[in-house]
Amino acid sequence: MAMTATKPGPAADTAAGTPRRAKNFKSRVLIPYAMLAPGIILFLVFMAAPIVYTLVLSFQKKKVSGLGLGKGSQSQVFAGFENYVNALTDPEFLGSVLRVLLYGLILIPLMLGFALLFALLLDSRRTRAGSFSRTAIFLPYAVPAVISSLLWGFLYLPGVSPFHFLARQFGVALPSLLDPNLVTFAICNIALWGGVGFNMIVMYTSLKAVPSEIYEAAKLDGCSEIQTALRIKIPIIAPSLVMTALFSMIATLQVFAEPTTLRPLANSLSTSWSPLMLVYRDAFTRNDVYSAAATSIVIAAATFIISFLFLRVVQKRAFGQEN
Amino acid sequence: MTTLAPARTAAAKSPRSSTGAVSAHEKPSYLSTGILILGALYCLFPVIWVVAAASKDGNELFSTFTLAPSTHLWDNIAALTEYRDGLFWRWMANTALYAGVGAVMSTWVSALSGYVLAKFDFPGKSGIFKVLLMGVLVPGVILAIPQYLMLAQAGLTNTYWSVLLPQIISPYGIYLARIYAAASVPGDVIEAARTEGAKELYIFNRIAAPMMLPGLVTIFLFQFVAIWNNFMLPYIMLGDDHLFPITVGLNGLLNQGASAPALYTLVLAGALLSIVPLVIMFLLLQRYWRVDLAAGAVKA
Repeated sequence: MAMTATKPGPAADTAAGTPRRAKNFKSRVLIPYAMLAPGIILFLVFMAAPIVYTLVLSFQKKKVSGLGLGKGSQSQVFAGFENYVNALTDPEFLGSVLRVLLYGLILIPLMLGFALLFALLLDSRRTRAGSFSRTAIFLPYAVPAVISSLLWGFLYLPGVSPFHFLARQFGVALPSLLDPNLVTFAICNIALWGGVGFNMIVMYTSLKAVPSEIYEAAKLDGCSEIQTALRIKIPIIAPSLVMTALFSMIATLQVFAEPTTLRPLANSLSTSWSPLMLVYRDAFTRNDVYSAAATSIVIAAATFIISFLFLRVVQKRAFGQEN
Repeated sequence: MTTLAPARTAAAKSPRSSTGAVSAHEKPSYLSTGILILGALYCLFPVIWVVAAASKDGNELFSTFTLAPSTHLWDNIAALTEYRDGLFWRWMANTALYAGVGAVMSTWVSALSGYVLAKFDFPGKSGIFKVLLMGVLVPGVILAIPQYLMLAQAGLTNTYWSVLLPQIISPYGIYLARIYAAASVPGDVIEAARTEGAKELYIFNRIAAPMMLPGLVTIFLFQFVAIWNNFMLPYIMLGDDHLFPITVGLNGLLNQGASAPALYTLVLAGALLSIVPLVIMFLLLQRYWRVDLAAGAVKA
């Protein structure tokens, strides 16, 4: 603003009007868009187009004419909301949604609670062995979900598990976590193991960004460490807590790798245990991409609704506290 | 000025009045150290276990105490290497290709886009950024099936491209790059390079990107782990097991193991070998893991 105001201005502008505007157009529009082109093209091809394509598929169905043999006998026809009605009334889908809700209700509070506890402990000056613990707790993030499910799967297997081995020495028979009633907890534990360290690092990073004078001042005012943690540190890193909660919820709705990997070890896991497994089965085992598309739109819509509701509620609460 | 004054007097006073208090506070706490070490042991336990388990032969795996190591680690690795002419090592190489090359390409695209969004002023900028931000929330589930169908029409399924291409675009990477570019590339430097006649792409590659480097390493690590971790995409795209990454390969091996438990020792040796490179990379690059998810949210 100040720069443009001090320029001699109007006269010079009109003198060099057209070429400057042409140059402006090149540097203000063409160059930025040319440099954004790789990102925009990839976004359109691999994100925007697939979303539109899924929407289109979800309103179609396969029509079989005659015996359904040969190329011309199958065609796509408009199905209206039929696939959505089928998806939302399918007991298998509703069952998978309930299982994943239970899974999320157990997992997210535990994972974020432990992550916050560990982050606060790491941040405390009285804690020793901090860098060892930080590295060890973060390490599982480097292990892909398939591999961690495989490791825990063997640790749950009564014939191999050290827990069952020790229990047998004392004559106790432990229930197998791969039992139908317990397998949700088994999957929660795998996700907890894989996720707690990442969330801890996110929270710890934002704790480190707080200027230490604030803590000094709190200490001078006679705040104990626990009071400092509850009254100062947690409110300050609240944005990080919100983001980790949001990302955890999105990930929970999409759980796929863990139950898919556990299936060979646990007969109790069906091919429709989670909504995403159901989508996979419909699309690739049953060759019904139309139902699969409708189900995935339902999952995506639920993800968006939950995300926005969550952010609304959180914002309102934060806003209310400020007033 | 007025806000600085009280802070300065407090700082001047504090050394004398609180030295005693500080040293009392810094006394190590066994409780908090103990809780953290318990957490660390929980996280290390499966890794320690797999080292022991991978050293056992098929009988020992189901008969001896599971944390007691045995002597067959080398035999198991040799057997794994022999399995279908070294297919396992092919899976490892594929994983390095998917995650390594994919993450490099993704980081470059994210860095360039983030740099433009942070440092250029052009019509439609905030709209593009908002659409990208919404992309962060798009669950991969609605992408996987149409991506498969689209790539099938292009004849690209069951190729390396089918796993590499869809994972180059990373809205979250662009979002991070925008924050890093805004924070670490001064506008004066870009202006100076422009007046000397440097081309825009040259300015980005030679001047801006090096300034953003620490942030770019973080984006690279993020994307590397995301690709390495992505099970569903290669599981859907690939049919030929010579193209599998390690996760899909081991998952298949475990499935076969359900009917042939002899394969379990191979699966465990494979699990151990597959986490070694990533753990090493992790420890070496640990200082780049400063993840501030809310950094942009606070500023916005």
